[in-house]
Amino acid sequence: MQYLPNIIFAIALILGFGYFAKNVKKLIRNIKLGQDVDVSDNKSERFKNMARIALGQSKMVRRPVSGFLHVIVYVGFIIINIEVLEIIIDGLFGTHRIFSSLGATYGFLIGFFEILAVLVFVSVTIFWIRRNVIKVARFWKSEMTSWPKNDGNFILYFEMVLMTLFLVMNATDVHFQAMNSGNVISQFIAPLFNGLPETTLHFIERGAWWLHILGILVFLNYLYFSKHLHILLAFPNTYYGKIKPKGQFNNLEAVTKEVKMMMDPNADPFAAPEEGADDEEPAKFGASDVQDLNWVQLLSAYTCTECGRCTSACPANLTGKKLSPRKIMMDTRDRLEEVGKNIDANNGEFKDDGKQLLGDYITNEELWACTTCNACVEECPVSIDPLSIILEMRRYLVMEQSAAPTELNNMMTNIENNGAPWPYNQMDRLNWTKE
Amino acid sequence: MSDLLKVPTMEEYMAQGKQPEILFWVGSAGSFDDRAKKITKAFVKILNTANVDFAVLGTEESSTGDIAKRAGNEFLFQMQAVTNIEILNAYEVKKIVTCDPHSFNCLKNEYPELGGQYEVIHHTQFINDLIASGRLKVDGDLYKGKKITFHDPCYLGRANNEYDAPRNVLKETKADIVEMKRHKRTALCCGAGGAQMFKEPEKGDMDVNVLRTEDALETKPNIIATGCPYCNTMMTDGVKAKEKENDVQVLDIAELIANAQGL
Ligand code: SF4
Ligand code: SF4
Repeated sequence: MQYLPNIIFAIALILGFGYFAKNVKKLIRNIKLGQDVDVSDNKSERFKNMARIALGQSKMVRRPVSGFLHVIVYVGFIIINIEVLEIIIDGLFGTHRIFSSLGATYGFLIGFFEILAVLVFVSVTIFWIRRNVIKVARFWKSEMTSWPKNDGNFILYFEMVLMTLFLVMNATDVHFQAMNSGNVISQFIAPLFNGLPETTLHFIERGAWWLHILGILVFLNYLYFSKHLHILLAFPNTYYGKIKPKGQFNNLEAVTKEVKMMMDPNADPFAAPEEGADDEEPAKFGASDVQDLNWVQLLSAYTCTECGRCTSACPANLTGKKLSPRKIMMDTRDRLEEVGKNIDANNGEFKDDGKQLLGDYITNEELWACTTCNACVEECPVSIDPLSIILEMRRYLVMEQSAAPTELNNMMTNIENNGAPWPYNQMDRLNWTKE
Repeated sequence: MSDLLKVPTMEEYMAQGKQPEILFWVGSAGSFDDRAKKITKAFVKILNTANVDFAVLGTEESSTGDIAKRAGNEFLFQMQAVTNIEILNAYEVKKIVTCDPHSFNCLKNEYPELGGQYEVIHHTQFINDLIASGRLKVDGDLYKGKKITFHDPCYLGRANNEYDAPRNVLKETKADIVEMKRHKRTALCCGAGGAQMFKEPEKGDMDVNVLRTEDALETKPNIIATGCPYCNTMMTDGVKAKEKENDVQVLDIAELIANAQGL
């Protein structure tokens, strides 16, 4: 019976990490549903972007208040988690504060963690106030109801509770308080428990210890269902993010092939297709569902923090149009999750569910409101490019469905016939010199 | 005035067996839109004054396909691109300048993969270079003491990270340059991009150009400076919507320089 806690601890760890691993596998499978895209270029520039934007939070601090607070939570949370290493060793081997043999260094580290824990608690509280009391506009847009809204708050509660447990655990640890090194903050919490018998203190300390580690395991598994996934995916996403000038849109290769054929006077339109070409499906232009997007776009959908910085800078959204670049990312993720669940339910095969990203999630009205201004791309703190998804879906609407607004069809007919978006003759292009 | 403009074509250059220093890509707006044509002419006056050896494609120029691409019609874009590239390459064009940031972006970033590799320069960058190299002097006092605010075109600014050239040029007018609260990389779009210029806006509570004009008017400017023919139209309409057309002018940087010099 003596080893019961160790065994329970080991089981909790295995369950916690096991379930997390299972979801990570699912995540990777879903992302791989996307089309291939070559992002193997410019490795050093990509590394620099990741270091600067994800690790260095360079884009977060462009909005100084939230950026500064976020840096505290981010740094604090990562560093305090070093403590988890000790908890795991203690839990598995039944030791108590195994690293305390480090003496003064240990005291210094724990003291540092305690200060960070307080800073994180304060920052998270301010975040909560910004969301729920000050009601910063970007957290109250129409896509931020139900789950997304609760999710944002749950994360904050989680962090408050974890930080509190860490401090209570230290405050009620009689040995640790007796060492009187590193209890910079907890020494002020300890008096709250004055007068309690040592057994009760021990009980509270153990309780806080267990809840702390179990809480971390639960939080780890919460990630997959939450915008908090960005703490992991921000790294690959900033690595694979767009490095070309923002104004440069990709040229569709499938179109290039067809255009070359059409322009080539020697091409025989009735020629038999090349050997092996006939079992290739005809290329679909643009995207109507998540599988038509590329995998970096799908990775981005899972990375989105729902911060709404994009939407708060979007000219369409600012003027009351339905388009919200954040919603584009959230819709893409929700549809991808739906497709993933469909695959799970049908033994690894996707069964047509009569739904798609276009129409069932994102409407034409949203897509046509975009000015392609790149404000969303510029704003995103984790290098997401919502505009690229909007463009792919416009491509589908125009090239597969001829479903552009009438005025745009007229404009395109003009370009086709006269080489200008207006009905003027190309032969008149130089008339301005004579006016 | 216009009879003084010298606008040679590539064809004429070719006939003489010569190559101009640079090709001026006029663009569809610059060729046909009444307001934009004034910008085109102002820029030509600058080129003429600075003795720049340039030529235009004239009737051989066609839409870059940029608007079609942004509307989602990749086919039409690539057809346009391939046709234009054929002509540009036949004339062995190396360097292109244009007053339209959309053409600038498209030629510079999207043509290379399709076989069109040129050095592409926006007119505000080109004017900036002319001034820096001493080929163009701006010494008129017309705008001295006037307040000018510059609206960054999305396709010059965010899309291609050029924020300084237009501002450097503006400084030459001796005007006071005032920045809007949203400027450079946070500048708000004028509302014309992504083919919006050619359609009615979707339902909302206001038009983008009006919101952007409000940004500009907050700085209490005498002049709103632009570097794009579409921005110019949008801001001009915005100023009208705000009934400020008697107090605030909307002028392209090329026009400001040409006017300052009395060209
Ligand atoms: S590119 Fe489109 S979606 Fe993004 S901010 Fe501009 S208008 Fe909004
Ligand atoms: S796309 Fe980027 S800016 Fe927009 S909500 Fe997601 S993380 Fe924030």
